[in-house]
Amino acid sequence: MRNVRLIARLDIKGPNLIKGIHLEGLRVVGDPQEYARRYYEAGADELLYMDIVASLYGRNNLTDIVSRAAKDVFVPMTVGGGVRSVEDARKLLRAGADKVAVNTAATANPGLITEMARKLGSQCVVLSIEAKLTAPGKWEAYTDNGREHTGRDVLEWVRQGAELGAGEVLLTSVDQEGTRKGFDVALVRAVTAAVDIPVIASGGMGSFDHLKSVVLEGEADAVAMADVLHYGRASLEELRKQALASNLPVRKLS
Amino acid sequence: MNSVVVMDYGVGNLLSVTRALEHCGADARISSDAKDVEGADRLVLPGVGAFESCMTSLKESGLREPLMEFVASGRPLLGICVGMQMLLEVGEEFGIHEGLGVIKGRVRKILATDTSGAKLKVPHIGWNGLLPRAGADSSTWRGTPLDGVAPGAAAYFVHSYGAEPSEPLDCLAVTIYGGQTITAVIARGNVIGTQFHPEKSGAVGLRMLRQFVAH
Repeated sequence: MRNVRLIARLDIKGPNLIKGIHLEGLRVVGDPQEYARRYYEAGADELLYMDIVASLYGRNNLTDIVSRAAKDVFVPMTVGGGVRSVEDARKLLRAGADKVAVNTAATANPGLITEMARKLGSQCVVLSIEAKLTAPGKWEAYTDNGREHTGRDVLEWVRQGAELGAGEVLLTSVDQEGTRKGFDVALVRAVTAAVDIPVIASGGMGSFDHLKSVVLEGEADAVAMADVLHYGRASLEELRKQALASNLPVRKLS
Repeated sequence: MNSVVVMDYGVGNLLSVTRALEHCGADARISSDAKDVEGADRLVLPGVGAFESCMTSLKESGLREPLMEFVASGRPLLGICVGMQMLLEVGEEFGIHEGLGVIKGRVRKILATDTSGAKLKVPHIGWNGLLPRAGADSSTWRGTPLDGVAPGAAAYFVHSYGAEPSEPLDCLAVTIYGGQTITAVIARGNVIGTQFHPEKSGAVGLRMLRQFVAH
């Protein structure tokens, strides 16, 4: 079995690391570089940067933040928010990103996924999906931090995205995001059953038990966590220790 | 001196590996100039994408000959990912393509089924443990950039093809994926190559780079 990755998620607005609830009601947490360095040193398997206002302005603002991070962070970095073209993605990769996440532009033009996969390789194309529960066992894909409908059913969209060439899925539950009440495990399980590509579960992490259930019951390949780390409610070291003690397949740090 | 030239032949992201080398105390420089390659104390050969397109870019950049002279001079070379694969004789990605032939052997596609016949995800992406080659122990890592790395410590891989050196002793470390043994590190004389990305492999990768720089 592959190692389940523990990912520190940094939502960015302008120069700041921020955190919201249900992707809204944003609060400034601090300097992203300081947090990135701390999470790298604590053994994060990967960092995830999302420019959460980028789509509104039609551009991604993370190039500088990422190239600064590349001086101190020596694990893979995924970057997303406002990526509209292969050229946007290329700029982020050149700045030190390893993977690029797309949501809004891909829902408007699914062909972008294929174009990115052909030119940059599937391994660096992450399809970001913001999911809201609409009926039991049914979720709709949203964009712009859960504000805009797409009319797309999450399970149909994720299957289509994988066929178009996405190499990975970032699955954020808008309902659970920022609540610390746990992941939408049913959503994660439905998506991991629908596609063969790795799925990063995001939204709702509040304790080790949440991590455990989304890995064991949701079969998540990776788990993204934000405010549980930002506000020091749990540490990556402690979570990894607990995961190893519970026989979850995570990377052993040596 | 701890100076390292990162060869820029038009392929991939060179910033991350350069930053990692700097972090390890090297005076690292990205260069596409043949003179810099010829005069380097140490050389890093990166590579990303397909084998053939990397070989073509290398030839077109005019850096293939300076690179081969550098190898012949006995100074340390580190190949990373496709930069490691190119050190072999033949690559089998999108046809049969000639490599640099510094190390005997071929580069072949990872099988998309595991040893029990179940479907296996290819590319192989993620953290996976480094182990000594079959029949060897970690004493074979002494005096190499892997010195002091604990067997089983994980590194970050992103690839669909794997090197198969024909001389078993040229394989310094392996990783196991879906029951398949995949070459993780090759080494011969002054040349070493990693299939994984040391610049993205946390403390384990930095240890290797530090030892490559200090050797």
